[in-house]
Amino acid sequence: MIETVVQVDLPVDETLQIRKMRLQPEDGGNGRRISIVTGIHGDELEGQYVCYKLSDYIQKNIKYLAGTVDVYPALNPFGIDSITRGIPAFDLDMNRIFPGNTEGDMNEYLAAQIVRDAAGSDLVFDIHASNIFLTEVPQIRINELHRDRLVPYAEEANVDFIWIHGASTVLESTFAHSLNAAGTPTLVVEMGVGMRITQAYGDRLFAGIVHLMKRLGIWEGEDFDVRTPIVSADNEDVGFLNASVSGIFLKNVEHGAVLKRGDLIGRIVNPLTGTVEDEITSPEDGWLFTIREYPVVSEGSLLGRILYGKESSV
Amino acid sequence: MEKKVLFEIKALYRDDFRVSGFSFGHGEKAACIVGSMRGNENQQLYCCSQLIRKLKELEAKGRIHEGKEILVVPCVNPYSMNIKKRFWSIDNTDINRMFPGYDEGETTQRIAGGLFEAIKDYVYGLQFASFYMPGRFVPHIRVMKTGFEDVELAKKFGFPYVLLHTPRPFDTTTLNYNWQVWETKAFSVYTTSTEEIDRASARQAVESVLNFLRKTDVIDYDGFEGYVSKVVSTEEMVTVRNRTAGFFEGKAGAGEHVRKGQVLACIADCYEGNVTDEICSPADGTILFAHAEPRAYQNTAVYKIIPEKDEW
Ligand SMILES: [Zn+2]
Repeated sequence: MIETVVQVDLPVDETLQIRKMRLQPEDGGNGRRISIVTGIHGDELEGQYVCYKLSDYIQKNIKYLAGTVDVYPALNPFGIDSITRGIPAFDLDMNRIFPGNTEGDMNEYLAAQIVRDAAGSDLVFDIHASNIFLTEVPQIRINELHRDRLVPYAEEANVDFIWIHGASTVLESTFAHSLNAAGTPTLVVEMGVGMRITQAYGDRLFAGIVHLMKRLGIWEGEDFDVRTPIVSADNEDVGFLNASVSGIFLKNVEHGAVLKRGDLIGRIVNPLTGTVEDEITSPEDGWLFTIREYPVVSEGSLLGRILYGKESSV
Repeated sequence: MEKKVLFEIKALYRDDFRVSGFSFGHGEKAACIVGSMRGNENQQLYCCSQLIRKLKELEAKGRIHEGKEILVVPCVNPYSMNIKKRFWSIDNTDINRMFPGYDEGETTQRIAGGLFEAIKDYVYGLQFASFYMPGRFVPHIRVMKTGFEDVELAKKFGFPYVLLHTPRPFDTTTLNYNWQVWETKAFSVYTTSTEEIDRASARQAVESVLNFLRKTDVIDYDGFEGYVSKVVSTEEMVTVRNRTAGFFEGKAGAGEHVRKGQVLACIADCYEGNVTDEICSPADGTILFAHAEPRAYQNTAVYKIIPEKDEW
């Protein structure tokens, strides 16, 4: 059943609605609930496929559903509709306004109602796709404040990598932090690239979600095998490669590549002069879990991230 | 006056990205004034240009105190200004969410880091700031409550109001906040407008900055004394919101004194023109901020009012 989570009237003949699909057995089920949320960033579309696939699969096998599945495919409908990362008209990153405020402006109000609706789930997935600049292997990012609670779930989610990162004040205003702080376990998935859909990654995450639904007693149908992810809890393990010069980045390897020290990752070239401005090589043996997808770079642009000391990936 | 490049990045097809600074006097790093950081901050850029003009005159007359140096950085983001984009040209990040910056990080972290390195040791740090919502302000000084704030010093600008603001999570990456963390006495100067140039409030802001520099013994200046500032915390301010979306017809503007129950604005239906909401003042007071766009979304903070207190 499609439900409206929150709606507000817009100035010119339109109502903004944030909607979800609620899937339940006929008797209402056992009260356990998983929520799949995506589309906070309007240019990240990988979660669209996951929402579709999961909803389709459950509806076709509804007899195995024991609990509730809420699918929220578009928290920022304006952004998705206009290829805008943030909230258009406000130039605002929606993932910096949580937990919102029911007495606040339109966006704060929307944020507060979304949190109210998703809170109390047994587990929430918040699916992101990095951005239009970077491609990522399927991974879950966890704030170290919530590691004990979240890592056991994340390990069963069929991703390649779990990155436990340091706490940061700025991240306190994200959707996931707001829910985690309120006691609703929420996993942030980053996978693929902005403005595109990588179906193979969507299939992987879909299997992980169904597996976790089974573990949570929400699903009584088929289970899927999940892979064991690499867990990095030490920020020292992760190396960031930033552009030393401005130019056009030509990648030499794909994300997920296993690198030896000195392997060529890519080049920054200058098409005006016809010269190579820099060659980016791996500083150590490691696993390239992020790579630059968007070719235009300025000095400082992120080109890749490497997990050091992990020669073999999954 | 000496013009210097504080930070520079070589680009592929554009001219080099430069953050330029203008310094006056020599000696102790007394005061740094920063202007526009976003591509739409014309007023903030204009204020700095007027300040530089004045400081040049004062320097020529020997009015800058011996052993004191003033640095003005009129624009931190010429790239966005020149293409009329509010945030950073390629990735839409906001330089004023990147402080204290990081010299090995992303481009806007490097810009913030490069600038901060050049300006973090000043005794006083002033920024001509803009608000994220479109509207008009009564000129005021804003001070973030970090534990290092100095309200008495903020009064030396002689603005009618000093606003005390409790930082929210995203404020911790602004210039003002990090200046304070690094023990610079930091103040944000808000004038009336952002995109449009308001010469009157720009003049008032420049006078107030010069007034501040005089009272802190950085320059000799024969300017106006200013107001006796009222200190208000943002929690004390009353926010007035519209209940319906539609055309916004303001009937009271920033700086006006209003009475409880007075109609401040009407909202009219965008198709049929009928009034759908009448916005009344919930208190006696002065309008600090007034919405200034043709339309308003539902529940927008269209006015912020400083309520009158009995003891005033
Ligand atoms: Zn995202």
